[in-house]
Formats: sequence, C-alpha cells, structure tokens
Amino acid sequence: MNINLTLFGQSITFAIFVWFCYAYVWPPLVNALTERQKKIADGLAAAERGQHEQELAEKKATEHLKEAKGQASDIITQAQKRANEIVDEAKDDARTEAERIKAGADAEIEQEINRAREHLRQEVVTLAISGAEKILKREVDKDAHAGSLNELATQL
Amino acid sequence: MADQALTAGQYIKHHLQNMTYGQHTDGTWGLARTAEEAKEMGFLSINVDTMFWSIFLGVLFLWIFRRAAKNATADTPSGLQNFIEMIIEFVDGSVKGAFNGRNPLVAPMALTIFIWVFLINFMDLIPVDWLPGTVAWIAATFFGADPHHIYFKVVPSTDPNATFGMALAVFMLSLYYSFKIKGVMGFVGELTLHPFSSDNKVLQMVFIPINFVLEFVALIAKPLSLSLRLYGNMFAGEMIFILIAIMYGGGWALGIFGGFLQLGWAIFHILIITLQAYIFMTLTIVYMDLAHQVPDEH
Repeated sequence: MNINLTLFGQSITFAIFVWFCYAYVWPPLVNALTERQKKIADGLAAAERGQHEQELAEKKATEHLKEAKGQASDIITQAQKRANEIVDEAKDDARTEAERIKAGADAEIEQEINRAREHLRQEVVTLAISGAEKILKREVDKDAHAGSLNELATQL
Repeated sequence: MADQALTAGQYIKHHLQNMTYGQHTDGTWGLARTAEEAKEMGFLSINVDTMFWSIFLGVLFLWIFRRAAKNATADTPSGLQNFIEMIIEFVDGSVKGAFNGRNPLVAPMALTIFIWVFLINFMDLIPVDWLPGTVAWIAATFFGADPHHIYFKVVPSTDPNATFGMALAVFMLSLYYSFKIKGVMGFVGELTLHPFSSDNKVLQMVFIPINFVLEFVALIAKPLSLSLRLYGNMFAGEMIFILIAIMYGGGWALGIFGGFLQLGWAIFHILIITLQAYIFMTLTIVYMDLAHQVPDEH
C-alpha cells in the first residue's frame, strides 16, 4: 500500500482513455442518437401531416362527390327539359307539317273540283250545243249564230 | 483457499500486497519479494498488477465502445448498440442534469469514469484466489519463483495509487478549467473572499487568510474524498472477501457456510461496485461544474 509511480501512471492512463473516448467513442454514438431522435421526430411529424392530409383529402372527396351529384341532377333536369322541348318541337313540326299537307290536299281538291267543274261545264256546253243543234238544226245556221252561242257558253 | 503454510494474518497480508517493480536496495531492478522490500523501493517503483488490470480493463472498455461507435447508425439499433446507447443516454442525462457549463470533454470523461471504474470494481467479484493463484502458479511453474513471494492484487481500486491517480487527473482538470473560465484573479478571489467578506478594508485583510485556509481545505478535500471514498469502499469489500475466503481453510462445514456468505456478499457487492462507479462519475461532474461556475458578485 505504498504510494509510488503508479499514481502518475494511473493519471496518465486515465487522461489517455478520456481523450480516446472524447475523440473516437462519444461523438459517433451521440451523433447517432441525435440523428435517430431527429428521424423519429420527423417520422412522427410526417405521420401527423399524412393523417391531416388524408382528412383533407377525404373532405375534398366528399365535396367533389356532392358537387358531382349536384351536377348530375342538373344535367338530368336539363336533359329532361330538353327532351320535353324536343317532344314539343316535334309536336309543333308535326302539326305544321300536317297542316301543310292538309292545305296541299285542300288545294289539290279545289283544283280537282275546278277542273271537274270546267270539264263539266265544257260537257254541258257541248251537250247543250248538241241538244240545241239538234233542236235548232233546221232553223239556226251555225255560222250565223256563233256569236250568241259563245256568249251563252260563257254564262254557263 | 487459504494456503496451509500461511496463517490467517499472513494470508491477508499476502492478499493486500501489490506486485511492485522497482529498484532493490542492492541496486538491482526487479519485483519486490516481500512487503518490506516493496516499501524500501520508495516512490520510484510501480505496481505492475494495478497498471496491468486498469489498462487492460480500460482498453477493453474502449474497444467495446469503439466497436459500437463505428457501427453506430441512426437506424434501428441492435444488440450491443442498444446496450451501449442505454449507457450513453444514462451518462448524458447525468451530465446534463448536473453540469451547466459548456464543455464537450465532460460527458466523455464521465462515461470513461463510469465504465472504467465499474469494470475495475467488477474485478472484486472474481473469487479472491483465482487470479493471484494462477499468476503464482505460472510464476512458480515456468519461472521457478517462490509462490509465497509472488503478490498479485486484482482490483486496482483497492490500490490507493489508482484511485488517487484518477482523482488527481480530475483535480488537475478542474483546476485548469477554474483558471480558464474564472481567470487567475477570479479563482484566487474565490479562494480568499469567501465565506467571510466585509466592506471594511482592514477587516477584509484579516478575513483573507481565514478564508484561504477554509477554502483551501475545501479544495483539497475534493480529490481526497473522491479517491478515498472509492478506495475505502473497495478495500473494505475486498477485505470481507478475503476474510470469507479464510473460512474455506476451516473444514467443510465452515467452507460451505463461507460459500454462501461469499455468494451473498458478492450479490450485495454488485450494488456497491455500480454505486461507487456512479458516485465517482457524479462527483466528477459536480466538481467540473463547480470549476465552470463564474462567481456571482458579492
């Protein structure tokens, strides 16, 4: 139990160990620890951010859905309106077409009637003339009385 | 086990003697063969066993920690790294709790002290005769030495040289930082202007030597208490192990009883060696903190 050079030997050894620990052991370990701490904190923050973003996205999605539903119902209403319009238009068109056709037919009938009437008139004139001829054959000279006969024909 | 050729007193003395290398009185160099020879060698000798074990354990500590430090990643740690990080965080927490200055050296120093002192103290748990017995056997078998004259103390912290050496280094560092942080005048002022001070110049001159005596004692008491606490605790623990070991020479009944005693004391001692390492570390941190404190104005 004598105090001897071991005292200084021990002090020097201690100093060397402390220096080595200070230079080569402590920094990498503490750096790793702080880095990991930072990583974990970052990870937690990212997770929180992700959750927040998911909530936002969900909210946005619901909004989009609502909007889309609104748009869809708008489109349907518009389409129905348009369909009604088309049907109405078609009805109108059909009516005008029908009227046109009817008018055409009426005109034709009229024409036909006129033609028939003309025809009839000619027939009647011819018949009347032939009848009158037969009656007046003897007394009436065809050439002499042509003027009065024509006048008669127009009056018919 | 107590050697039959030794009395209990001789056995204890044999266990308390370091393997000392130095110059004999006749001028030759070599290991001391008796405690008297070791004493005669004086200051210029060295305790081979203390130096060997403290360096071996320190290198072991640094090797393990250096390996962990090399492989340290911020990713998921595994096995060794986990364990090392646990210690690092513990030490770092202790330093942050007690040390308010800014000095990157304090935390590594605290770690070195904690683990190194712990490992050194841990040698106390190895049964007292194993390593000395092995060394004595090797010396007797291969070098033809008398095993009774081969001394080998395994626990460096039961050698006051080791604990004083460490405390001395801590003391030097705290002195260095005291001068550096406070300046020479600040440090001298700390030693002379407390605890008594007066506005009266004459009274102040009277107080200065009184203050200096008080403060100087307090200053010297720090490394002394630091080293003596560790030395005393470990020496007492070692002594009890030695006393228990003597029982092995007293018949099988006493031997078995001694075995249980040794087991019980060893389990209890685990607490002591850890506690002593922790106290040494904490006190070092506190002393370094005191060295970094700038004196408040009075």
